[in-house]
Amino acid sequence: MTVMGSVHAQGQAEPAIKRKSTPGVLPGFGLSMGYTVFYLSLLVLIPLVTLPIKSAELGWAGFWATVTAPRVVASYQLTFGASFIAASVNALFGLILAWVLVRYRFPGKSVVDALVDLPFALPTAVAGIAMTALYANNGWLGQWLESTLGLKVAYTPIGITIALIFIGLPFVVRTVQPVLEDLERELEEAATSLGATRIQIFARVIFPTILPALATGFALAFARAIGEYGSVVFIAGNMPLVTEITPLLIIAKLEQFDYAGAAAIATVMLGFSFVLLLIINLLQAWQATRAGRSS
Amino acid sequence: MTPSRRPGHLDEPRWVRGVLITLALLFLAIFLLMPVVLVFTEALRKGWALYLTAITEPDAMSAIRLTLLVAAIALPVNVLFGVAAAWAITKFQFRGKQFLITLIDLPFSVSPVVAGLVFVLLFGSQGWFGPWLQAHDIKIVYAVPGVIVATLFVTFPFVARELIPLMQAQGTEEEQAALTLGASGWKLFLRVTLPNIKWGLLYGAILANARAMGEFGAVAVVSGGVRGLTNTMTLHTEILYNEYMFTASFAVASLLALLALLTLVAKSLVQWRHARLSGDTVPALHSHAAPLVPAAA
Repeated sequence: MTVMGSVHAQGQAEPAIKRKSTPGVLPGFGLSMGYTVFYLSLLVLIPLVTLPIKSAELGWAGFWATVTAPRVVASYQLTFGASFIAASVNALFGLILAWVLVRYRFPGKSVVDALVDLPFALPTAVAGIAMTALYANNGWLGQWLESTLGLKVAYTPIGITIALIFIGLPFVVRTVQPVLEDLERELEEAATSLGATRIQIFARVIFPTILPALATGFALAFARAIGEYGSVVFIAGNMPLVTEITPLLIIAKLEQFDYAGAAAIATVMLGFSFVLLLIINLLQAWQATRAGRSS
Repeated sequence: MTPSRRPGHLDEPRWVRGVLITLALLFLAIFLLMPVVLVFTEALRKGWALYLTAITEPDAMSAIRLTLLVAAIALPVNVLFGVAAAWAITKFQFRGKQFLITLIDLPFSVSPVVAGLVFVLLFGSQGWFGPWLQAHDIKIVYAVPGVIVATLFVTFPFVARELIPLMQAQGTEEEQAALTLGASGWKLFLRVTLPNIKWGLLYGAILANARAMGEFGAVAVVSGGVRGLTNTMTLHTEILYNEYMFTASFAVASLLALLALLTLVAKSLVQWRHARLSGDTVPALHSHAAPLVPAAA
């Protein structure tokens, strides 16, 4: 990309000959692109490359032993399991919320719409301590859940899942909402005139249209949940093998000055992030073709 | 976009609407509203006097100062980057554009703990630059610079992400017209582009600011948690909580919760202004929960 910048610089020197090779007529390509790539490399790419390099110190066998140790595998199971359940709950309630916000009118709707983004605005640590106090056995919800249902939430995997539901909520709402808004009334009109019931219209017309967006929202919520730390660490209890999430394990390794071990687990997490990013990109491509066909 | 009332045959029966609205509001109340209400209740439980003491004692004040300092540095740097990246990506054609956008988005998909870890691996005493930094008596990790670098990392994509779809939709016609009228590069940007993107820029900056002031995981890893020195407000909240000083902890947390509520208000206002000024031709502003639309679309 820096190569292209220099091509552009040449183009300015000899406009008559090189004009075609410049990426556009506006000024500033070399400067803006150069700065973007430089800053991106310095702040994000080079730092991330340290992870595989540092974990390579362990050797292949050492790396494998570190990332498949029972305590680490238990943390993957917990992190992925809780994240999957949380993202599923978010998909269901996110769909209902998006539906209600787009289609119905009720008092306070704009406040509710703004509130959906609260998990982004509220620092995760604040959410974490608040939910812990809420679901502890003397908390507002915790004591009620324990006395009526015999359910312990704080310091159990259920608590972790609840924290992950909190932070993942906006993703599904904000991906489904615009698609529902763009849905054409004529489609439903046509289906109704052909004798379809509301439920049939939802299942056969509306749901297939919003499915790619719903899947994207699910994947985004899932990806966010896997890496989450602040909102989970207080409510988790952090018992090895039981309620210890993977990001916390990285911190535990760091505190034991096991830098290579921490880097190894972080490399695995980074790998999962890349895979999810790829899946999300594919889902968006699916969504784009779906949108192209319906309009 | 408030839709006009849908005709009866395209709407659900009244009771279905009632059930869905109730479900949605109940879910929101339990999962989003209750934690916020609890923060303020717990903070004020032992009265205003104790609340004020908790947020004005020296360690709390220094945590507030550090949080403000970190945001004051991280914000302009990332705004500058966001504008440069969006300019390069939306005003020019080049190969690998989609890949570049994916890379810019990367910090959103990396766990905050991993984000902190990479800087410990680079600048820690055992890190790549550790010996050199120690020889020159420079401290980055477990010191304020580390907190700033980690915050820069986690807030990196916000502004770029908001501007890219916006500037893509606006195209380059106006800039090209200004160019033929003889405007210089900077003049063109200040007089033509900036007025067009100011609401998007502000929106991205508001979200980035909320994240910068509220970041916990990445900062927890690099700060070392030295009281009165490297503690941000979130870290101070954590320490107090772990020391069972709940009221004080929730008092500091309530300031952060207040910031969150202000962020939501500011965000909604900017969203509304933007929608009113630009109409249907330009995409609405979205929080970063919404995925970036592929450049091809």
